[in-house]
Amino acid sequence: MIGPRTKLGLILVMSPLLLWLTTLIIIPHLDMLYVSLREKVGVRQYEFGFGNYMTFFTEPLYWNTFARTAYMSIMATILTLLIGFPVSYYIAKIAKGRLKMALFLLCLVPFWVSELVRTFGWMILLRETGVISNFLQWSGIVNQPVEMLYNDAAIMVGLVYTSMLFMVVPLVTTLDSLDDSLIEAGYDLGASGFAILKNIVIPHAVPGIVTGSIVVFMLSLGNYLTPILLGGKSSLWFTGMIYSQFITRFNWEQGAAFGFLLLGLSSLIVFVGLKLSGQTLAKTMG
Amino acid sequence: MIPTIKQNPIIKLIYNSYVVLFFIYLALPLSVVAVFAFNDSQFPSLPWEGFTLTWFFGTEQPWLGVFNERRIMRSIGTSAFIALCVSILSILVGTINAFLFERANFKFKGFLYVLMLLPLVIPGIILGISILVFSNFVANGVEDLTGWEIEALRPGLTLVVLGQFSFITTIATLVIAARLKKFDSSLEEAALNLGASQWQAIYHVTLPFLRPAMVGAGIVALLMSFENFNTTLMLVGSDAPLTITMFDRLKEGSTPVLNAVSLLLMIGSSALALVMIFFQKSDEKS
Repeated sequence: MIGPRTKLGLILVMSPLLLWLTTLIIIPHLDMLYVSLREKVGVRQYEFGFGNYMTFFTEPLYWNTFARTAYMSIMATILTLLIGFPVSYYIAKIAKGRLKMALFLLCLVPFWVSELVRTFGWMILLRETGVISNFLQWSGIVNQPVEMLYNDAAIMVGLVYTSMLFMVVPLVTTLDSLDDSLIEAGYDLGASGFAILKNIVIPHAVPGIVTGSIVVFMLSLGNYLTPILLGGKSSLWFTGMIYSQFITRFNWEQGAAFGFLLLGLSSLIVFVGLKLSGQTLAKTMG
Repeated sequence: MIPTIKQNPIIKLIYNSYVVLFFIYLALPLSVVAVFAFNDSQFPSLPWEGFTLTWFFGTEQPWLGVFNERRIMRSIGTSAFIALCVSILSILVGTINAFLFERANFKFKGFLYVLMLLPLVIPGIILGISILVFSNFVANGVEDLTGWEIEALRPGLTLVVLGQFSFITTIATLVIAARLKKFDSSLEEAALNLGASQWQAIYHVTLPFLRPAMVGAGIVALLMSFENFNTTLMLVGSDAPLTITMFDRLKEGSTPVLNAVSLLLMIGSSALALVMIFFQKSDEKS
């Protein structure tokens, strides 16, 4: 096997990785932490302190938005799981051969298209002059245009749509590895469909459920496009706050503190999810 | 719940219709985006005013088609340039990383592997702001010390490329390392026995084996770069890539030109996805 044998060889092969991780990941995050712990006391004058974090806790708008973003992301994750599970089960266990391949590929298609295009599609569907509103008027269910955009339900529809793939793929993979004979054995022993689902199928699918949920939660939490475009001005999404601190108000110290809070919540969820399911990051991703 | 077991026909019908509804839900937003690219109306909404290609080829305001919209065409070029840079860089670093993790043994290997995976679990917007903060810090430091202004460290193309590279490389590494793991290293030994040098063996034996994975990783990198929004948003300068331009246009109000661009994007990504599937198929046969 050819590989680096000498110390120099190893250093050479390792250097791109180290260069990438230190200059683009580690040092920038340390620098962001440092900036978030600076308080502005004058023009280009700073003092060390936790003021930016205190602002977050004392200003209700900020932590309300934070809690709302977390809550909505949890709801989006649960909804994606509930909607995606039956479909994943269908692809893994009921569809066979070509149909199975085709359905699985169909689930991947929206992912190949930019999130912006997907969100744009939902805007065309949901807005006051949109397709669904027109359809409802045409069918006589309502007699005037309905605005379905710019509310929490619209944000939820967009988030679930955007993250569906990341739930379906791990679910199909784990359900695929469940032996049909276990389900048959359950039936032979007289169990109901519900009992089989609860005692055989779901326990087997736990790794897939955890992986999918972690990814969906993380993506929803860090999403910017969908809440801003589908929720409009009232979207109140935490990434929007980070953006406005950085770009609109040019208050990088506050923005960096917000960034760290978001990163902290996201990492915490990933960590807890992995611990609960007894998995490691290396196993889940690799 | 599996085909070998008889199921109540009503439940079966409900289940099947649920799956059909799900796929309609998946297809709906993308279909309306595509259809309204051909509507002869100034707004991407009903009523249907007849079929037109003006949103692609139109030459006069306000019926200006995509191919004659300078701003959009220029941003497609910018996106393509960024995607190409990111793709080449991440294949290069990903291949070296694959050799490092598959072929070398060193202390802290497990730790470094987990560190390498981290960019995937950091929200994109946080990657963006941390790199923005750090590059600004370096640029200001250099300017204070020497008086030189380093344009590359201010928001712009270089930072966008670096920002996207910082997480796409992880994916490239995983894809290429998975393929290298399957390599039969006795082939390299045969080459060495026949008098090849280590470099010749790698160049003529190992790299050709890795090529499908390298192409696959490159295509995934192209697509991810092209559609990236969160990281790019924080690092973008005056040359906006396509997603940013479309986002700005969408905030001003939507026109069917955006549908036309979206349709082109869909065609482009599906073509790339097909190329990738084709490469993997031909790889399985060999």
